[in-house]
Amino acid sequence: MMVVGCEGAHHSSGDTLDAVRARGVLRWGGDVQGGEPYVFQDPADSTRLIGFEVELADALARHLGVRAEFVQNDWHTLIPSLERGDFDVIMNGLEVTPARADRVRFTNPYYAFGELLVVRRDADAIDGLTALRGRRVGTLANSLAHEILRGTAGVEVVLYEGVEEPYTDLEQARIDAVLLDSIIAQRYGLTRPTLRTAANVGDGLYALAVRPGDARLQAALNESLATVVATGELREILQRWNLWDDRQVSLSVPAPLSNPERRTRMSSEQLVLFLRATAVTVVISALSMIVAMTGGLLLSLARRYGNRPVRAAASLYVEVFRGTPVLLQLYVLYYGLAPLVALDAFTAAVIGLGMNYAAYEAEIYRAGLDAVPVGQSEAALALGMSRRLVLRRIVLPQALRIALPGMTNDFIALLKDSSLVSVITVVELTKQMTITAVDVRSWLGPGLLCAALYLVLSYPLSRIARRLERRLIPVPT
Amino acid sequence: MMSTAVVQVRRLRTRLAGADILRGIELEVQRGEVVAVVGPSGGGKTTLLRALNYLTPFAEGEIDIAGQRLRPGLSEREDARLLRAVRLRVGMVFQGFHLFPHLTALGNVVEAPCRVLGMRVAAARERGMALLARVGLESHAGAFPQTLSGGQQQRVAIARALAMEPEILLFDEPTSALDPRLVGDVLAVLADLAAAGQTMVIVTHAIDFARRVAQRVAVLADGQIVEQGTPREIFEQPRSAATRALLGID
Repeated sequence: MMVVGCEGAHHSSGDTLDAVRARGVLRWGGDVQGGEPYVFQDPADSTRLIGFEVELADALARHLGVRAEFVQNDWHTLIPSLERGDFDVIMNGLEVTPARADRVRFTNPYYAFGELLVVRRDADAIDGLTALRGRRVGTLANSLAHEILRGTAGVEVVLYEGVEEPYTDLEQARIDAVLLDSIIAQRYGLTRPTLRTAANVGDGLYALAVRPGDARLQAALNESLATVVATGELREILQRWNLWDDRQVSLSVPAPLSNPERRTRMSSEQLVLFLRATAVTVVISALSMIVAMTGGLLLSLARRYGNRPVRAAASLYVEVFRGTPVLLQLYVLYYGLAPLVALDAFTAAVIGLGMNYAAYEAEIYRAGLDAVPVGQSEAALALGMSRRLVLRRIVLPQALRIALPGMTNDFIALLKDSSLVSVITVVELTKQMTITAVDVRSWLGPGLLCAALYLVLSYPLSRIARRLERRLIPVPT
Repeated sequence: MMSTAVVQVRRLRTRLAGADILRGIELEVQRGEVVAVVGPSGGGKTTLLRALNYLTPFAEGEIDIAGQRLRPGLSEREDARLLRAVRLRVGMVFQGFHLFPHLTALGNVVEAPCRVLGMRVAAARERGMALLARVGLESHAGAFPQTLSGGQQQRVAIARALAMEPEILLFDEPTSALDPRLVGDVLAVLADLAAAGQTMVIVTHAIDFARRVAQRVAVLADGQIVEQGTPREIFEQPRSAATRALLGID
């Protein structure tokens, strides 16, 4: 499948710099989830945002003669949102990479950092990138560190959504190393006494990004940046946030130019990755459904035949697991319980989804059990069958047949919900889509391919289920 | 004369939702006897029948049946052995038949022999086919219950009960769910069973059916057996007012 990127199809005509001046407001996009020290909620006053980027944005806007206004946006979709025109500029630890430079226009950098490889203190063998062959290394998806790791042979990359979790997992020995920007490493990783820096494996720059057509805004921002560097304002801000170091001295370096090699088609390697991610989705969904069906059956039987405490416990389980988000349950299972049971991500995904869906299955089976006429049990008891035999041979087969449409429905829903396990580092179909989308600089092609693969999985499923129903469910006369 | 009673009901009372359905039932059934229990609807006939295999519990009295004694307050969970011992010897054909819809006619017949008695499948199927032949349904062995007529379903239900070789066979209103033209078929099957010495208790509100099938008739009205005797005695010289009312004589 050949896919062409769709850059250029965004943003209204007219000059953004003029618009900013007319509006009196510079809208800048970022994600508060990135946390301290970039831009985050003031712990003392949650209505206020603070961070070195907040102060820098205010300073830059002031030199432009306008006011800065923050726009919250998921970090992974900052560039598409910029293209859509949701804000005028991105400033949120966006590393200058050739891939990005091809899609946005970077200003001069405002911060220089290193890529720090962090390991456990007892891991003497790891001293650089070459020592990572065959190791599991954590990082953030689509970061500069991610690029570096993908260019390193034999590394198993584990992708996280937050900055805290990779280091927690490193301490738990779920992974062997973490490669991230030095700002993150120093604040979230090296504060842990069990971790140490193995090496600085690269350097990078943060810069503001504007739309490709906004050369005038870029020039104006560069001028403002030059002013805050010259007046020492930038240094003050960075020092206030403990971010100043020798690297910052060389900050007059301009950002690299566009990457001449544009890659806007999906390569065959990416197709292979897509298929592998599809397999992950299928296996996780199937195993989770087995867990869900087993658990659901036990729960429904407990609610129907158990004594009072057993019934109460089963009801509580159903209410809790049905009444809280599965995303939360996955977080708790994988990160929250890590000090007690360090499940690997795949197991946690299967158990987490399975336990959540067990609550739904339990209700479907309960409805099925209730729908079997009481005369069926009486007839079986009257033949001398034990209660257990009545359940197994007479009631359950009929109940499951009644439950079949609901189960099919849930399996298809589970197939799609399996995309949530990417938050605990499992790369399944949807996650692969987002990664590829950033690589090829388009969401359209990977998105359509992803949707097609989900449909290819779910459609036959519903067909098979419908045939089964027709075969199994007795036709009333 | 030595008593050959296989069922003895003494002082049986049931209490459902505060109302007494049965109020001191006394009834005996001898081995090989066919007893019809007749009476107005709502008189407690079905309750009495269901008490005999304890599908409906009772409040007072006792029932000796198939060598076991049933008493008030038995529990399906704790007294499972006793109840199974009774039900293994006492077959029942329900008013609504309650065939298992997920099993074929033959499947319905062999299910309990295989699963409860542990019979080998081949042997159970062979005997199941013989039983279906006996009720005239060998050609429908592979049919699912939903595809059978009411009369056919009832005959499968009879074959299913017979497959356990019960000492006593209970029938709940065997004619009520049938087309009147089919009543003759049921009569033929029951007459065949009676001739083979099968003990049967049949609850029915169809007087004519009771007259033709039973050796003895018991009239149940207002929760008590008000009169019993041969069909000729009951239907031609009724003594109690309840029987006379049932027959429409005044």
